Amino acid sequence: MTMNNFKKSLQEIARYPSAIVGAVVILILIGVAIYTMITIPYQKAIVLWRGGEDVWYQNPKTVPPEWFNLFTKKKEPISFVINTQKGNLTRTINTHSDGSSTITLTYKFDYQFDDFPQDIALYFNSKYVQKQPFASLEWTTPDGRKIQVANFAVPAQFTYRVSQDSVLQTKLYGVDPEIALFADPKSPDPKNPIPIKGTYQLVITGITWEKNSDISAEFVFLGQVAGLAGTDFYRRDLMVALLWGVPVALAFGLIASVGTSVLTMIIAAIGAWYGRWVDGLIQRITEVNLVLPFLPILIMIGTLFSRSIWVILGATVALSIFTGQIKAYRAIFMQVKETTYIEAAKAYGASNWRIISLYLIPRMIPTLIPNLVLSVPSFVFLEASLAVLGLGDPTLPTWGKIIDDAFNYGALYKGLYYWILEPAVLLMITGLAFALLGFALDRIFNPRLREA
Amino acid sequence: MAVEVQAAPGVQKKKKSSTGTFGRVGRYTVTRLVTLFFTMVVGVYLTILIANMGGYVDTIMKAQIRENTTMAFMSNKGYQKMDTATRAKLLEETITQQEERLGLNTPFMVRSFRYLGNALTLNLGDAQSMTADNGSKQVRLIILGRLPATLLLMGTSELFLFFSTLFLALALSRHYGSLWDKLTIALSPTSTVPPWFYGIFLILIFAAVLHILPFGGLTDTPVPTNPFLFALSVLKHMTLPALSLILASFFLSIYNWRTFFLIYSSEDYVEMAKAKGLTARNIERRYILRPTLPTIITQFALTLITVWQGAIITETVFLWPGLGRTLYTAIGFYDTPVIVGTTIIYAYLLALTVFVLDFVYALVDPRVKVGE
Repeated sequence: MTMNNFKKSLQEIARYPSAIVGAVVILILIGVAIYTMITIPYQKAIVLWRGGEDVWYQNPKTVPPEWFNLFTKKKEPISFVINTQKGNLTRTINTHSDGSSTITLTYKFDYQFDDFPQDIALYFNSKYVQKQPFASLEWTTPDGRKIQVANFAVPAQFTYRVSQDSVLQTKLYGVDPEIALFADPKSPDPKNPIPIKGTYQLVITGITWEKNSDISAEFVFLGQVAGLAGTDFYRRDLMVALLWGVPVALAFGLIASVGTSVLTMIIAAIGAWYGRWVDGLIQRITEVNLVLPFLPILIMIGTLFSRSIWVILGATVALSIFTGQIKAYRAIFMQVKETTYIEAAKAYGASNWRIISLYLIPRMIPTLIPNLVLSVPSFVFLEASLAVLGLGDPTLPTWGKIIDDAFNYGALYKGLYYWILEPAVLLMITGLAFALLGFALDRIFNPRLREA
Repeated sequence: MAVEVQAAPGVQKKKKSSTGTFGRVGRYTVTRLVTLFFTMVVGVYLTILIANMGGYVDTIMKAQIRENTTMAFMSNKGYQKMDTATRAKLLEETITQQEERLGLNTPFMVRSFRYLGNALTLNLGDAQSMTADNGSKQVRLIILGRLPATLLLMGTSELFLFFSTLFLALALSRHYGSLWDKLTIALSPTSTVPPWFYGIFLILIFAAVLHILPFGGLTDTPVPTNPFLFALSVLKHMTLPALSLILASFFLSIYNWRTFFLIYSSEDYVEMAKAKGLTARNIERRYILRPTLPTIITQFALTLITVWQGAIITETVFLWPGLGRTLYTAIGFYDTPVIVGTTIIYAYLLALTVFVLDFVYALVDPRVKVGE
């Protein structure tokens, strides 16, 4: 097939709508991958995904994404934070003559949701030498009720969670505080209270006893929806892993399929050209490889040796070279070897390598390209499969790892469908895009199979 | 990802050999058996090496034994009254005993050949840490105990897949370019998705949302005593895993068979038969199915071997107590005898199938002669 023919074949892709859809989706995925690697560089992604509670504390646990509210009548509360940088926080200081001072922190926010939050957390920081500052918290509802929330001494670092305050719960007649603070006392059904909409206010009155002593607090409202992708059981934003899953999946799928296809073809060409013991050896290796159990060996390598994605990738390629495909390529090379132009090449004194690389291998490109594209999905899913078996890369966030986490947490039993569906849909879109393009390419390059 | 297996029939067309048929077949049988045997030996030995990471697993297991024994000694009140020297001596003795029990006192290379010999003679031995349901440590019993569940699930779905797709494809090849044909082509990319992935969606729909089928497992708990209810319960639990295994290959399988039949139905002799005015049924049976029989048989044999392996991930996702999940558990426990046990049986089955297929070809296809 000459270069011109090849171009013509590529132009023919335009005639297959499914191929165009596939190609466009692949291009979008590549775009997202590049965008992700620029905006969330590797190091940052690792911190966001593995950083610990300090990184995730502003997120609620296992909640669906914010855009769920677009499709439901009942608007779920969105998480937000009020601190010195964000939100409506006023701070006043009254210094007294004895060195003590009163610091008033007022947090105001507008609440227009139909459900109650998961929790409200206050992250206190205080500065003192001998005596801890003292804080008292007062809650004001839109209808003007004032509730004394809590009083306590504040150590240097301290977290106060409304939901875990049993004293407050008793004071609120046994109703969970995060509900009682928002509930309308005139709700028609006291078992199913409705929140009051409007402006809420929390006032922290802090008293410091020493000069230079200080107190500050970050107000974290943990809603029932968060971010563009929701969160998992560690409060991690799933968006990080969904975005990073794109380059990981593409890299794994493409490197594995290109590596496998190209190496298979080169080895098949060498075997077919040199014949004799070279060919025999390749045939024997292939037969031995057929006896080796593919997935169990990958699992063994993952369990015993290393779960690094690059080690698994290398093993995958190594095990995928000597399969039935090499025999199929060999059969075609054996035919090509007998053609007249190879004889002509031999006659003008071309070297073995020249013949293999310039005459044998180019003949295989029409078979190679569709196979290559078609094998990408299986490798993308292989990465996910290994992750589902608990053998995912220990550091990288990937789609398979999200599914594995969700499965182990029992997301399906607990109705946390978004957690599994998001990575699953992305995996499926990626797989189908390559499959659509691959099937169309197969029909273009192998016209014998073309439909009527 | 299934490894593609192309049957390697040593069939080539050459001019007639001078010795008789018997000699030719005999010579062929011997060479073929020897090659297959060596292939298998090398394959199984490689598996043994990988399953032990070339002996690295010994280090892990020795450390594990030391830790567990030390912990057991520390928590046992009886040993605390002993003086330190006696206790240390006793500890070392126990550790040595444990290592001897697992054969860790012999060098790995020596042991690897013992594993190989035992495997080849199908003397599967005892598992290192896994047990069968009846508490036995024999690998044979562990495998036999899990085999029925795998045979049931894989057998049902693979056989259904094989026959349904074969006949649907044959019907489609008759209606080339019809709406159903186009639909199958359009749906064939769905098979790039692995079975466990469909499993997740099926669990979500039928178990989590609709509550009509169970999430996983083999039967209800407690296990029904009435045999009819037991069968019903197994059937109910089998529906989703079987469905996901079927869905994952259904359309691509039809597509592949259909393309295959189409290639054969455009042969000149089929045109000729049509011109002669033979009925469609006759053409199909004599001119399309006959020459494609070797491929169909190969595929069928390979399907049967696939059943043996089980589906590791699908079984794991559905908590199906089959061989695939056992193998996965065995790898987690570094239980080499169980890993090697399942591999050797697969290897034997594969070698046997490849060997028998050569003769089957010669039987069903008059153009093929064994050993030529």
